[in-house]
Amino acid sequence: MTLADARVPRILIADDEAPARSRLRDLLDDCRPEFPLVIVDEARNGREALEIAGREKVDIVLLDVRMPQMDGIEAARHLAGLPSPPGIIFTTAFDAYAIKAFEVNAIDYLLKPIRAERLLAALRKAVAASPSREALAAAANQPRRHLSVHERGRIHLVPVADILYLRAEQKYVTVRTVEREHLVEESLTRLEEEFGEAFVRVHRNCLVARAAIEGFERNAAESESGWAVVIRGTSERLAVSRRQQHVVKEFR
Amino acid sequence: MSSINQTGAGIRLPNFCNLGVMLRVLVIANLFVLAAAVMRSLQASELAGHFLVGAAAAEPVIIVSLTLLCAGRRLLHSLAYPAAVAAVVALELALAWGWGEVFGVMFPDQAPASYARQAFFVVFVTGVILAYFDLRARAQSPAIAQARIQALQARIRPHFLYNSINAVLSLIRSEPKRAERALEDLADLFRVLMADNRALNPLAREIDIARQYLAIEELRLGERLRVTWRIDRMPADALVPALLLQPLVENAVYHGVEPLVEGGEITIEVTGSDDRILIRLTNPFRAGADNHAGNRMALANIRERLQLHFDAEASLQSRAEGATYEVTLRLPLITTPR
Repeated sequence: MTLADARVPRILIADDEAPARSRLRDLLDDCRPEFPLVIVDEARNGREALEIAGREKVDIVLLDVRMPQMDGIEAARHLAGLPSPPGIIFTTAFDAYAIKAFEVNAIDYLLKPIRAERLLAALRKAVAASPSREALAAAANQPRRHLSVHERGRIHLVPVADILYLRAEQKYVTVRTVEREHLVEESLTRLEEEFGEAFVRVHRNCLVARAAIEGFERNAAESESGWAVVIRGTSERLAVSRRQQHVVKEFR
Repeated sequence: MSSINQTGAGIRLPNFCNLGVMLRVLVIANLFVLAAAVMRSLQASELAGHFLVGAAAAEPVIIVSLTLLCAGRRLLHSLAYPAAVAAVVALELALAWGWGEVFGVMFPDQAPASYARQAFFVVFVTGVILAYFDLRARAQSPAIAQARIQALQARIRPHFLYNSINAVLSLIRSEPKRAERALEDLADLFRVLMADNRALNPLAREIDIARQYLAIEELRLGERLRVTWRIDRMPADALVPALLLQPLVENAVYHGVEPLVEGGEITIEVTGSDDRILIRLTNPFRAGADNHAGNRMALANIRERLQLHFDAEASLQSRAEGATYEVTLRLPLITTPR
């Protein structure tokens, strides 16, 4: 790789419709004379886009909003957590909700059918700046289905449905699944706001998945309320704080 | 209510062959009989007896007149409204007089009401019922125009239009022939969507529209979209409300197939019996894969149009069972406009 190549933006196309992907390829080819670029790969949904972005160096992702399995907005939120996050250009045919959310949060998007000139302008802009995690979180209309854990530059997805509990430690939040623990760089309060329905707060620093609660037992020694929650599938007990003692009653 | 394009009394007289109309006539007339019985009863214990006698005098008249009105509706609808009303009133008076004579012979112990009183009652009840249907028709005809506008707005999702144009654009350089065909399909589809959709369409035409729509969707979705048709035994010339099938198929694609990476199968089954059409659509269903508010809105729209056309004689049901979502439509089989 020469020095010149290294500066050419590397672009990933993500769209679930084959014709839409080939149209973008054509348009990117049209942009090439004015804006040298490399097309890294094509993804058919948000998940594939994350896999590719974790594997290869990607500078800009052209991301369709409505895709199966993982939509564009969730994929963008995971991508934004990468050490060197790619620029993101959303594309959408017509999605009244997403368009409004993008406008409100000042996130750029392109309307399909896309014009070459608009694409070119967006590419130039995307190299300079990309939407912040906060703006993306505000634009999302549903909770994520995964949390992303970044390990050595790679994105590892933990399905929210597999999470047993979330526990805050100084700078990180520990995500516990049956198999293992992960660390994510998020705030417990934000996570509670996003996933509040599926989780219940048992302690100032701990959210437990409702589905993971086996029951409660008396545990006077370690818990200020005298109760501990029994986590399904593990031998772990988590203390219930005095303030959250009411959840014991509500659970029954 | 499918008679909206007719002239003469057809606009304001109800279709007496319609089950819903018949039920309404029976209920209203019997409420009057009950009211008359209440007025005649000095004590509560007499009420049942008075109502029974009143019903025995009224019921045969109502049923025979509904049968005759249904049979003679073409003649009736060809008259001007005042003439048609006069004809109906005359028929009721004649029937009431005829049955009154028979009733007197069969139950000589029941003192008959004077014929003038009977005639007053008949004219009054007939007038009220016709006025009710007239008002109802007036209240609903703007709804039909409204339904047409709704049909335009809710029928095709903008999402579909822009994605299809995008798909055609992608073909222009590589496969110009396919792009041409796709644009032709799109033009045909929009011709139908822009047309006056208040009338009834032959079922075969509805199937064609759905096929054209699916041809465009196949362009976008490729192998993810699989369609099975079971229409060998359908009554192709039966008349159904225009744009009945396409929105249902569009729903199945948008909510059933598109949210799945691997896609899925849509089945469309149309069968007919002597007097009914049964349409059944299934598509894959995955809870939480999609939001279904749009789906409910589209179904409510179709349900409303069915009601405008067929009243109580048509139904639309939907249910999710396991991994399948099913919509079932039942409508009366008609082959000539009523």
